[in-house]
Amino acid sequence: MSAGTREAPRGGAARAITDGLLVGWRNLKRIPRIPELAIFAILQSIMFVLLFVFVFGGAIPIPGGGDYKQFFMPGIFAQTIVFAAATTAIGMTDDVNKGIIDRFRSLPMSRSAVITGRTFSDVIYNAGILLVLMVTGFIIGWRVDSLPALAAGFLLLLFFAYGMAWLGVWLGLNVPTVEVGQQVIFTTLFPITFISNVFVPLQTLPSWLQPIAEWNPTSTLTASLRQLWGNPNPSTSGSLATTQPILVTIAWVFVIIAIFGPLGVRRYRSMSR
Amino acid sequence: MSDLISAHGLVKIYKSRKSEVRALDGVDLAVPEGTVLGLLGPNGAGKTTTVRILATLLKPDAGTATIAGHDVVGEPDAVRRLMGLSGQYAAVDENLTGSENLWLFGRLYQLPSREAHSRADELLSQFDLDDARDRVVKTYSGGMRRRLDLASALIGRPRLLILDEPTTGLDPRSRLGMWEVIRGLVREGVTLLLTTQYLEEADELADMIAVVDHGKIIARGTADELKSQVGGERIEVVVRDRAAVDTARDLLARDAGDEHTTFDEHTRKLTVPAHGGAQTLVQVVRDFDEAGIHIDDIALRRPTLDDVFLALTGRAAADETAEATGTTGPTTAKPGRAA
Repeated sequence: MSAGTREAPRGGAARAITDGLLVGWRNLKRIPRIPELAIFAILQSIMFVLLFVFVFGGAIPIPGGGDYKQFFMPGIFAQTIVFAAATTAIGMTDDVNKGIIDRFRSLPMSRSAVITGRTFSDVIYNAGILLVLMVTGFIIGWRVDSLPALAAGFLLLLFFAYGMAWLGVWLGLNVPTVEVGQQVIFTTLFPITFISNVFVPLQTLPSWLQPIAEWNPTSTLTASLRQLWGNPNPSTSGSLATTQPILVTIAWVFVIIAIFGPLGVRRYRSMSR
Repeated sequence: MSDLISAHGLVKIYKSRKSEVRALDGVDLAVPEGTVLGLLGPNGAGKTTTVRILATLLKPDAGTATIAGHDVVGEPDAVRRLMGLSGQYAAVDENLTGSENLWLFGRLYQLPSREAHSRADELLSQFDLDDARDRVVKTYSGGMRRRLDLASALIGRPRLLILDEPTTGLDPRSRLGMWEVIRGLVREGVTLLLTTQYLEEADELADMIAVVDHGKIIARGTADELKSQVGGERIEVVVRDRAAVDTARDLLARDAGDEHTTFDEHTRKLTVPAHGGAQTLVQVVRDFDEAGIHIDDIALRRPTLDDVFLALTGRAAADETAEATGTTGPTTAKPGRAA
């Protein structure tokens, strides 16, 4: 067999980007082929919206007044994006177990592409989920101040989703099966999204729990969105987490990537040990 | 001819909390360019571990290996450029179509997009997957999936092809088809490293066979050389009447020209090496008939992997399989996380 014409070895950075995009393309291509994943992710969020707005909403007064629906919608977007880590983790574990990662590792491709491609495609996937949810919100009467504010909030959500994708990569490479990954995600992320301002105003929590809930990244993200969009945002204290939620949220994302980025990359490299 | 694969003293140890398994215990390999080496052994013998090290997926704990002079640990990228891997693990994406899979792997092999497309088309027709090219791989049969997997390994026209148990789990017809495809590739000059549990498969495809057991190579040679170590063909006769055994035994020894007959009390089975092959068998049937010895069964048996194993290790390969899958991590654990 003759050696085929081969592209001259591209530079490291160019190759990393092209290969990352190729892996991302492959991940996105899979979404419509397993529509159940996206459909149930959306249905789950819509179920939360309906349950809380129409069942619990009436029983939860908002300090300072305001409609529970307007209060709750930013929270459900934040909750959905926190769970973005699950999508990434499940995709990663599945790729390891099905042998696709081995196929990638046997190819002369950029080493970082498998992870960057995964985080990239999952941000796009979550953007799609968010759009559907936002339309649902509009239908049931949720409103925002302005379109630029909506766009800014959307970008902040995507940035947060990017951070959660790195957490998902690390987690996905550390669990043996998809099922275990799901269990871990739901037992860790459910309390995190519930001990927050997503469903109830922080004032209703016991006082010892309030500071924890206040600094919870889910809360700072939710508060950021409420602030940006002019939705009810009852704050409890004058702490940075409630006065400057956007800055704190951005800082959180950097912290999450700074911790889980290197851990995930190290775990990926150690697969050859 | 120079060696395309050269490995010296490969050692791989899998540690877990409870135990330590030496999956590879000093493996040396030399495969000249353009030849086929068959790694033969039961599950858990170390075949897959060897393959994973040579394919740059796993780092050895000791020893070195080079592919065309490139160290598998030091220059993995250079090795990946001239190697194609297909096997139990390196898989295709079941949610992409056949042609999408090949195009993706071609691009990641650093082929330009247009060439990746034309190469994919070429391979799809070569492997008889034209009709299924736009179908999602999930809908493929086992044989089709293996062919696509093999096509994926060939996307970059590799000099070295590594096939890890390419026919395990295939039905007999698909297996024959796969052999035909592999023989075609070898004719074109690709160097092939093949692992298998079947002596027959190694016999059909390999120029040289290395028998692996407990992480060591315990024998190497051509298929004929290995079979002759086992003692070649045997005649087995089941005698109906136990009283006729002694007469039968004398006749067998005389016809075969070999005193080394054995008798199994339980099955009433007499065995003797058949140096004359089928001719000896004909003679035995004639003499038994003349002597009025009734037989229930008579057969000329060729050595199997079990026999080779029995001869080389004193254990049956089947027992080994059961034992190995129960205790060693590497082949039963998930890829990449055996430690």
